[in-house]
Amino acid sequence: MSTSDDPTTQTVRTHSTEHVITAGADASQRTPTWKKVIRDPQAAITIGLLAAIFLIGALTPLIAPHGPNDADLSMVNAPVGTSGYLLGGDESGRDIFSRLLHSINTAAISALIGTTVALIVGVTGGLVGGYFNRATQSITEWTFALLMTLPGVLLLIILMPVTGGDYRATMFVFGFLLAPGIYRIVRNLVLGVKNELYVDAARVSGLGNVRILGRHVLSIVRGPIIIAAAFMAGSAIAVQSGLAFLGVGSTEIPSFGAMISSGFRNLYVAPAQFLWPSLLLGVITASLVLLGNALRDTLEGSKPKAKKVGAGQRVVADVERDGPTDPDALLVIRDLGIAYPGVDGAPNEVVRGVNLSLAPGDVLGLVGESGSGKTQTAFSTLGVLPSEAVITGGSIRFDGRELLGLDDTSMAALRGSAIAYIPQEPMSNLDPSFRVGSQLVEGLRAATSMPRKDAKARVIALLDRCGIVDPQRTFDAYPHEISGGMAQRVLIAGAVASRPKLLIADEPTTALDVTVQAEILDLLRDLQHELGMAVLLVTHNFGVVADICDRIAVMKEGEIVENGAAEEIFGAPRHEYTRMLLGSILDEDAVRTDPPAAVKGVAS
Amino acid sequence: MTLYILRRLAAGVMLALVILLIVFLLISSSFDDTARTMLGQGATPESTAALVEARGWDRPVIVQYVEWIWHAVQGDLGQSAFTSLPVRSAVVDRLAVTLSLIVPALLITAILSVLLGVWAASHGGVIDRFAQGISLVGHIFPALLLAIGLVVLFGVELGWLPATGYVRFGDDTLGWLRSITIPVIVLVIPGVANMSAQVRGRMIDELNRDYVRTLRTRGISSRSIVYKHALRNAGSPALTVMSLEFIQMFGAALIIENVFALPGFGSYAFNASLQGDIPVILGISVFGVALVTVVHLVTDILNGWLNPKARVH
Repeated sequence: MSTSDDPTTQTVRTHSTEHVITAGADASQRTPTWKKVIRDPQAAITIGLLAAIFLIGALTPLIAPHGPNDADLSMVNAPVGTSGYLLGGDESGRDIFSRLLHSINTAAISALIGTTVALIVGVTGGLVGGYFNRATQSITEWTFALLMTLPGVLLLIILMPVTGGDYRATMFVFGFLLAPGIYRIVRNLVLGVKNELYVDAARVSGLGNVRILGRHVLSIVRGPIIIAAAFMAGSAIAVQSGLAFLGVGSTEIPSFGAMISSGFRNLYVAPAQFLWPSLLLGVITASLVLLGNALRDTLEGSKPKAKKVGAGQRVVADVERDGPTDPDALLVIRDLGIAYPGVDGAPNEVVRGVNLSLAPGDVLGLVGESGSGKTQTAFSTLGVLPSEAVITGGSIRFDGRELLGLDDTSMAALRGSAIAYIPQEPMSNLDPSFRVGSQLVEGLRAATSMPRKDAKARVIALLDRCGIVDPQRTFDAYPHEISGGMAQRVLIAGAVASRPKLLIADEPTTALDVTVQAEILDLLRDLQHELGMAVLLVTHNFGVVADICDRIAVMKEGEIVENGAAEEIFGAPRHEYTRMLLGSILDEDAVRTDPPAAVKGVAS
Repeated sequence: MTLYILRRLAAGVMLALVILLIVFLLISSSFDDTARTMLGQGATPESTAALVEARGWDRPVIVQYVEWIWHAVQGDLGQSAFTSLPVRSAVVDRLAVTLSLIVPALLITAILSVLLGVWAASHGGVIDRFAQGISLVGHIFPALLLAIGLVVLFGVELGWLPATGYVRFGDDTLGWLRSITIPVIVLVIPGVANMSAQVRGRMIDELNRDYVRTLRTRGISSRSIVYKHALRNAGSPALTVMSLEFIQMFGAALIIENVFALPGFGSYAFNASLQGDIPVILGISVFGVALVTVVHLVTDILNGWLNPKARVH
């Protein structure tokens, strides 16, 4: 959604108008959604099929040779192709073909009633439940939860004395049972949209609640609702057929369910009778499901894909295995390139020609704005790049060994034991379902194959060393029971537990309170001295770098623009960009939580 | 934990009371019709009114409701208005038949869905497309059509399994197995289609989370990450899906029982409803609601075990 650094209402409002216009245009003028849908073959075919079937249904009075209940005793179980009885007669001598045509209309009306009621009830409930105050919210939530837990078909059967078995009344009730699905969709979208800038802005500009809902929210929920409607129409038809098959409702009403039931009773006499209504019902419900799927793909875009876990990083270049080795360096990155697939499918290089070198026990700061490629460089060294990423070239040599092209099992053997990692966001980097201690013990044992008891003792000692006051209690706690600062200490303990040679810390203080930041940096510095680790510190913050680093590499737009000893760079920065980054800390606090304001387009 | 269960149980009882009240209110409009049906051809307005009065159906609905609840708490659900047979034992018998389809179907669905969903999410590629294909095929056809198709194929054409009829578990275990095989398959197909897609989606979400990367950087094996960490976190939403799946299956079972001529809950409810047999309808409602309540309670307890955050409340 639109973001703006300018806090004045004026700008926000301009922004919001723009956004609303784009959102509206998205569905109507600029990229006509219906055109996108029609261009999708699956959607086009199913829409065509359904349109043809329901059109024939609508023309039934004109084309059906017989009424749905016209019985001719001479035509009982008449075979297919009897003159005037295209598909033969059923057990009562009624024309199967005519009954099929009439059944289409019953199905169409069922779908229409069920879906319409579900949409009206669900959308209204969702708007009310998502938009208004907490009390209203919890009442609607409770009501719809109640509806959802009802065993629907049982209820429809039980209510026969009330509905009289009329399929229209039954479908009306079924609409209520379908409504919770719509309610969920609408409520979640409303909750999401409610706090967006543009609704606030609309409120500021004096639009009433109803108009806010009508204009902004409905334009967004339209897509998901259309998708859900296709699926609901399918279930309404299926349930109506099922109930008619059971015998719920008048025998006068022709429907697929009643026809299947009659054909099924007659299975041994006329085996093909049940086939026709089954086929047509199957085609209709299948088309609706396939249409719903096609709509979902076109309107909602692609969902995250499944990928092989532990497939290792993809390398598409020849890796120079026997390149020159630097005996003094622990980590040598040469000419590294990383690319992601772009919007049009063409690779988009986010890291280009990166060279880095890190001696044992040294601390190197890798500095740059968000999106400069520093985190990608760090991930590639750990072998944990996302599966979409491709390494386009270069070499990463750790302790004399080429890492690029290693399979995940070999990388896993290095991770934790020789190369360790501290993440940026402490809370999301702990598994919420396992106790803190068990996660650390599992990691330590994976890296060192230490007996459980020893591993536990080491973890508790480390938690203590990392400044946690009651290590046993933290060991036994779940992640949601500890604070962010504590969680970061836990993660540091987890990273250094197996005494790695190289520690990669990705913005280790960014997500923390200012007071905690300094303590964490002190801890990192002390641990680095004690363990003699090399540290690759990824940060956007020169204040952090100044505190702890021996050497600095500055990254911009995927490339290293400046590289040298910390004092040199602080004393005489050569690159314009470095001067700009430095300038932003000289006139403000040394430890900032925000990215430097001078850098354009920074938002992490 | 005990307190938690008690609280959930109390909420379940409240829910059951509310739903029963709704059923009572809706059904109360058809008391006269029922009396007329009971009297048959010879019903006159006077005899109908007399019967309604004799049954106490003319009293305020809320009084009847409280009275019914009072008896129900003591285990007395009354007698059928038509057969005078006790409602409770009849409902229990019929429910047992339906549950003997649903419980195996749900277990098989859960196992297959977790295997397929986890497999698809953690392998991608061909296996993932296979899983998505299965899920699509299972979604396409209503259970009724599956039931009829399978009966015709295996029961009638091939003659491998009995097309219709039910054998009690206690009478002949193998016969019971054979009699429920096709119905269970019919319930499992759409069940797996739905649940495996849900498990797959949840697993993909979990595998993309930050903690997975961090666990990987500690050298933890892919197997532990997928089957221990991601699966446990995906488990609690998947359980909720499973409880809804149970209710879905219950509904589908009511319809397909009829295809197999199984003496289950569906045909019982249908006949009671057709006649307007009010005591039976109420008995069916209370068991239906109780079933749903128990399923939700079990889901919540399992959820508390899987998800430490849910446990605190």
